[in-house]
Amino acid sequence: MMTLKVNGHDHEIDADPDTPLLYVLRDDLKLNAAKFGCGLGQCGSCTVIVDGNAVLSCVTPLLLLEGKQVTTLEGLGTIEAPAPIQRAFMEEQSAQCGYCIAGMMMRAQALLQKNPRPTDAQIRSEMELNLCRCGTHMRILRAVHRAARLMQTAEASPVQGTAR
Amino acid sequence: MASSRVFAGIAAGLVIAGAVAAFAVIWRPAIAAIEPPRSFDASLVRHGRDLAAIGNCNNCHTLRGGKDFAGGVAVPTPFGTIYSSNITPDGETGIGRWPEAAFRRAMRSGVDREGRHLYPTFPYDHFTNVSDEDDRALYAYLMTRPPVHAPARENQLSFPFDQRFLIAGWKLLFLRRDAYLPEATTSAEWSRGAYLVEGLAHCGACHTPRNGLGAERATARFAGADVDNWHAYAINGQSPAPVPWNADTLFAYLRQGWQVDHGLARGPMAEVVANLSTVPDSDIRAIAVYMANIFGVTTPERRRRADEARAQANSGIAASQTSDLGASIYAATCAGCHETDRALPYGGINLALSTALSSPDARNAANIILSGVRPSEEERGPIMPGFAASMSDDQVAALLTYLRARFGKQPPWTGIATTIADARRSQTVSLQTSAALPDAAADATKREKP
Repeated sequence: MMTLKVNGHDHEIDADPDTPLLYVLRDDLKLNAAKFGCGLGQCGSCTVIVDGNAVLSCVTPLLLLEGKQVTTLEGLGTIEAPAPIQRAFMEEQSAQCGYCIAGMMMRAQALLQKNPRPTDAQIRSEMELNLCRCGTHMRILRAVHRAARLMQTAEASPVQGTAR
Repeated sequence: MASSRVFAGIAAGLVIAGAVAAFAVIWRPAIAAIEPPRSFDASLVRHGRDLAAIGNCNNCHTLRGGKDFAGGVAVPTPFGTIYSSNITPDGETGIGRWPEAAFRRAMRSGVDREGRHLYPTFPYDHFTNVSDEDDRALYAYLMTRPPVHAPARENQLSFPFDQRFLIAGWKLLFLRRDAYLPEATTSAEWSRGAYLVEGLAHCGACHTPRNGLGAERATARFAGADVDNWHAYAINGQSPAPVPWNADTLFAYLRQGWQVDHGLARGPMAEVVANLSTVPDSDIRAIAVYMANIFGVTTPERRRRADEARAQANSGIAASQTSDLGASIYAATCAGCHETDRALPYGGINLALSTALSSPDARNAANIILSGVRPSEEERGPIMPGFAASMSDDQVAALLTYLRARFGKQPPWTGIATTIADARRSQTVSLQTSAALPDAAADATKREKP
């Protein structure tokens, strides 16, 4: 048994220490935003935030997470009150099949928390690790720029770790 | 009286002779400027392009994300920071007004058109061996690149290293022309390899340790050295590679950037092999043949170690669950790619074959664990996620210690905590560097509408 902090709540997890975080999120905690893509840390669809940094949950075993804070997409906003990053991706219609989008949003969120005004080059460099097979890259880039603007404005409701 | 006058005369004569000698050593004339030539034979320019790739010119003369060959790259040295120069044909800030003779003199003896001595961060101790014909092709190639107006950045050197006349003394000590002499008994391939490795490719500039004056140590050729927080491995008889190199494996490695028994090129070497990707097979083969000779004959002891490493790699025994933190991290995080039957580039190399883990220096292993292996543009090869965000320094240290013992088969590394801190710092620096890329699409008005 170990205690895992996810989206601000402590969860008692009964799983082997070598279990990937992704399996625990999806199977035990029913947090299904993070997706299984390659299982090898090469596609980014399983991206979540750990202590403020984007992390590939499929190659992150529980034993690395003692005392660390995990944030998933569910921790950013809801359907009724979407976070700025979620609003931006919806407003830019960034999803086609949508499988990569949760991971894209988490990596963008981590970037914007550290760097509220990233340049286009910085966004491209950071997002390079997440793959999209549909080809909505230009919309995803626009959504990250839009989210950065939304986070600057008062109308954007502050969510965990993003209030400015 | 007479004797003291004679003595004074001799002393004065010596002083004058010394001054004349010093003047002769230090002073170099300017070479008259010309109008930038624009017309060169196309095949000469093409040849120059291949040579520039072998010479890795862009690595020092192009800022990441900047204009080709416009200089401004900071090169840290023990004496201070030296900035590379603009070698585009810009008339004002580049080499546009240099005649070919001035270019050849810079390559041959490290003197610019105006007659100033150049710092040996520009590796003319190797380029001095480049032939007139190849200098001509390189000149043709550089003079036909787009000119870029980019004034040189001021070097940041402490006294007395900011005094350029001292470089003349350095050259007296360390600049050896014709250091490379092909031997009659060797093959044409070997001679070509020697010419490239000791000359334009300047492999020793990174792989040979330097003395207190920043010159390559003649007694430790290719014995391994530190570059940009990476360790350039020994590539002579002291190579730490578990499996000895030969001409065929070297060729494959230099051709594609990775080799199944050795792993992949990372850090500054990744840029080298990316450049080599446009170079003809024959030149890569020549470099491989010459370097295989430098690695030397495989001793029975080395062969035994290689057999052991191969046996360990093929044993298929997965890491067991133990109470050791490093072993647990390896089994849960690394083994999924590094202990499968998927060979490079689709799986990770079996770490029993890893040079990084048997190297005397932990920094390459630390760099790769933290930063991973990112896919590079136009480069084929394996990729690996970095673990900087998911592993604490203690976890990385436990992992490195375990990997060293299980796969490196060498005494434990010392100072791992410092190595990891350095690796984290240089990782931050490289991320900041990429932030300097041009920002063309950031302006919303210039982007296409949905």
